[in-house]
Amino acid sequence: MALLDMKAVRGGYGDADILHGVSMTVGEREIVVIVGPNGAGKSTAMKAVFGLLTVRGGHIVFDGEDITGWAPDRIVQRGICYVPQVDNVFREMTVHENFEMGAFLRRGDLSAAYDRIYGLFPDLKAKRRNLAGDLSGGQRQMVAMGRALMLDPKLLLLDEPTAGLSPKYMEQIFQITRDVRDAGVSILLVEQHAKQALAFCDRGYVLATGANRHEGTGQALLADREVAEMFLGG
Amino acid sequence: MSFMEFINFHLVPGIVLGSVYAVGAIGITLVFGILRFAHFAHGDMATLGAFIALALVTAGLTPWAALPVAMAAVAVVAIVVDKLFYDYLKARPKIMTVMASLGVALMLRAVVQVVFGVDPRTYATGIVRPDDYFGILLRDRELYTLAAVVLIVIGLTLFLRHSRWGKAMRAMSDNPDLARLSGVDNRKVTMLTWAIVGALCAASGFMLGINNELHSMMGWQVLLPMFAAAILGGVGRVEGAVLGGLIVGIAEEMSIFILPAQYKAATAFVLLLLILLVRPRGLLNGKVL
Repeated sequence: MALLDMKAVRGGYGDADILHGVSMTVGEREIVVIVGPNGAGKSTAMKAVFGLLTVRGGHIVFDGEDITGWAPDRIVQRGICYVPQVDNVFREMTVHENFEMGAFLRRGDLSAAYDRIYGLFPDLKAKRRNLAGDLSGGQRQMVAMGRALMLDPKLLLLDEPTAGLSPKYMEQIFQITRDVRDAGVSILLVEQHAKQALAFCDRGYVLATGANRHEGTGQALLADREVAEMFLGG
Repeated sequence: MSFMEFINFHLVPGIVLGSVYAVGAIGITLVFGILRFAHFAHGDMATLGAFIALALVTAGLTPWAALPVAMAAVAVVAIVVDKLFYDYLKARPKIMTVMASLGVALMLRAVVQVVFGVDPRTYATGIVRPDDYFGILLRDRELYTLAAVVLIVIGLTLFLRHSRWGKAMRAMSDNPDLARLSGVDNRKVTMLTWAIVGALCAASGFMLGINNELHSMMGWQVLLPMFAAAILGGVGRVEGAVLGGLIVGIAEEMSIFILPAQYKAATAFVLLLLILLVRPRGLLNGKVL
């Protein structure tokens, strides 16, 4: 039984549907990547999981419970955290305060949670008193992921975490994503850098015009001629 | 004019007036930053606070004991005003809330005029002679005003920096979408903000009244300098509002060196225009709204 099971989801932001039947699953301790051309509905599919979209058909089941139509705050409490592509940190708050805000709903002793986050992002420990807005793009992305991980989610949604980053930081973000998975969190991410993302993920989905086009392990998708021609530039 | 005369007749009154502006401007900047609209009822909320304190003084309290009670009372008024008027409009364009706040300003002023009349009033009668502190002449009420402003600024800063809900307020000001994603309850932050803003309004109105006199237009007349102070310092920045308040207050008192005294009130307007032309995000880089 998959941790997340999306079945034939249709929906959009206003009256028009952007998703015309998207299905995907994410298993325990699995990195699943969504790739596809611009306008394929990649980010929209992810937002549907997080309740940021009007779903007009299909079902979203998480951890054995139907969460279709739930509000984001309820979904957060259920164990899914979402890292938006832009504006994903509190720029005028310190790195540590960003993590504190991530844990806003948690009570009690959080020192173990902070140790875990600084263990995953050792670079940020020295910068814990710096304002998040003053950090480099890659480090800001780490703050954003750290903030989301403070709630100890079962599933982490990452919307284009490597957008605008240098290859060095892209590699680092992918490595951290693997570390997070190894710590027991499943990850669903949307990626523009399809080749690199498929090479590092466990499984992938290729979307086009709001519907499933291909799916399989990252390696299988990379080897698929049609996928390579359509989305990966040959 | 001697140096001490300059200090006693221009700088000290400027700093006192500026501190009062600062307290008002902090409230304006909090509403701007967290709730994202220009609150035109701010001055008249201050008037209301000043007159509630007057009622308490008439009932036998000393003015400085009446201040915290008036602050609590206007905090409640601000929360009620929000629930009745602003909350109702929250899904509409912000300009509607701005206009509604103008209506609230008129309502609050009318209430003050009906209950307390339109004649100037004072907390205490008689002339108070200033004490001499190494040549600097200060009245007790000025000293207490400065001390109260320092306490308010320190208290608020500590609250915003270190408390759970203070951080939630900053988060809401910084990135409202992300604050909601983190589970911050928008309604609680809004209510807390209004409680603080109402208390600050009452404090600024009281201090204006005790250092001068009370009248029903007093708050409306300081609205422009308070807005100028908030924008001068940088919208959304508490420390900026304090800096801006002091600059506007001192500039108003200094303006008589170059302008006829009748133009004192125009100083804030000139400063506002200048900062918007030269550095629209304010001295401490506030928000762009």
